[in-house]
Amino acid sequence: MTVAGQTIAVIDYGMGNLRSVSKALEHVAGGKQVIVTADPAVVAAAERVVFPGQGAMPDCMRELDARGLRTAVLAAAKDKPFLGICVGEQMLFEHSDEGNVPALGVFGGNVKRFPDEKMHLPTGERLKVPHMGWNEVRQKPHALWSGIADGSRFYFVHSYFVEPADPALVTGTCEYGVPFTCAVGRDNIFAVQFHPEKSARDGLQLLKNFVEWQP
Amino acid sequence: MLAKRIIPCLDVTAGRVVKGTNFVGLRDAGDPIEIARRYNEQGADEVTFLDITASSDQRDIILHIIEACAEQVFIPLTVGGGVRKVEDVRRLLNAGADKVSMNTAAVQNPDLIFDASSKVGSQCIVVAIDAKQVAPGQWHVFTHGGRNDTGMDAIEWAKKIDALGAGEILLTSMDRDGTKNGFDLALTRAVSDAVKIPVIASGGVGNLQHLADGVTEGRADAVLAASIFHFGEYTVRQAKEYMASRGIEVRL
Repeated sequence: MTVAGQTIAVIDYGMGNLRSVSKALEHVAGGKQVIVTADPAVVAAAERVVFPGQGAMPDCMRELDARGLRTAVLAAAKDKPFLGICVGEQMLFEHSDEGNVPALGVFGGNVKRFPDEKMHLPTGERLKVPHMGWNEVRQKPHALWSGIADGSRFYFVHSYFVEPADPALVTGTCEYGVPFTCAVGRDNIFAVQFHPEKSARDGLQLLKNFVEWQP
Repeated sequence: MLAKRIIPCLDVTAGRVVKGTNFVGLRDAGDPIEIARRYNEQGADEVTFLDITASSDQRDIILHIIEACAEQVFIPLTVGGGVRKVEDVRRLLNAGADKVSMNTAAVQNPDLIFDASSKVGSQCIVVAIDAKQVAPGQWHVFTHGGRNDTGMDAIEWAKKIDALGAGEILLTSMDRDGTKNGFDLALTRAVSDAVKIPVIASGGVGNLQHLADGVTEGRADAVLAASIFHFGEYTVRQAKEYMASRGIEVRL
C-alpha cells in the first residue's frame, strides 16, 4: 500500500510516454513515491500532482475526459502542489487555437501558435517551427526557480504557447521570433512550457524544488 | 536565443556502439549507456541511438538500452532503425525515447509519417533522409542503409516530409558519411531552406570547423556527429566552445 500524503501522482491519460517524467521525479524525490496513474482516487490521495502532456491538444482533452480524469485534475489544481508540463500547462487555460478546442479554464487566457510572419531573425534566417531545443528562460521571482540562474536554458519542443489574461500569472518568459510566456504560477500551481525532465541539471533542480515546495 | 544543438550519434548493434565508414566496416566503440552518460556530462544537447541491427530477433535489445538510458540521462533521446509501423514508434516511446526516427518505411509508405505524427505528435517524429549526389545540385534519396536508389529528389522529399507532419529531418550525406571531409553543405542548405521544420546535419564531420560550417553555411538547426566524439578526439564541450568562438549560440 502507498502512504497517502507521501506520493507524487503523475497523471496518465494515455498521451505518450511518461517514463521520462517519472524517472526524473524519482531521481529527486527523496523518500517520496512517484506513481504514474489514471486512477482519480490515487490522484486525490497524492500529496502533489504532476500534469504532463504531449501531442495535440484536442487529443489530450478528449483522452482526459474519456478516462474520467477532468474532475480529479481540477480538484488537485485547487489545493495540492501542482506542476503542469508542456501541453499540461496549455490545458490549464481557457481555449487553444490548436484544433480550436476549449480547455480546462483554470486560468484565463488562450493558447496561440507561433505567428508565421514573425518566424525569422533580423538577418532574414527562418526560424523553424516547432520551436525545438534549448532556449533561455527569464525568471520572475518564484520558489521553483531556487538554485537556478536567471537565463538558464531549458529544453523546449512545441508550436503553441500560452497567453495569460492576467500578467501576474507569468513566472517565466522566453523569446523565439516573439516574446512568449513559458512559465506561469498562482498559489499552489506552477506550470511550464518546456520539459524539465529533459533539461539536464537545471531541469532536475526545478523538479526537486517542486517536490520540496510548500506553497 | 535558441541554441544550435550538438547531437552525438551512437550506432548500436547487439548492445554495443559501433562506427563504420560509408555504412560498412564496423569497429567497436563501447557500451551505449556509458557513452550516453559521458556525453550528457559533457553537455550534449540530445543523444541519438541508431539501431543498425539487421536481424529482428536482436531488435528488442535496443528497448532495454533505451529503458536504462532514460533512467540515467535526462536530456532528449532519439531512437531510429527498423521502425516500420506506428506500433514500433509507440514501443520505442514507451521505453523512454523522446523522438523516433524513421527512414526506409517512410519512403515506402509516406502515410506512416502522417499516421505516426497524428497519433503521437509531430514533436516525436523524425524522418531520416539518406541522400547521395547524382548531379551538381541534385541529390537522390537512398534506402536500406544506403544500398537502394529510390530515384526520388531529396529536396522534394524533404518538403513532403514537412507537409506530412514530421517534426524534424535528420539529413545524412552518404557521400560524406564516415569520410571526415565535412558535411555536404550545399545539400544541407538546400534542404534547410526548403522546409519549415528543424534540420539536423549529419555525415562527414572530421573536425570542429565542420560542425560550425554546418550551422553557418549549411543553416542546420542541429549538427550530429559520431566518431569525433566516440574515439576521444574532441569532447562535446570543446565542440561547443569552438562554435561559441565562431559566434554561434550554444548551450554551455
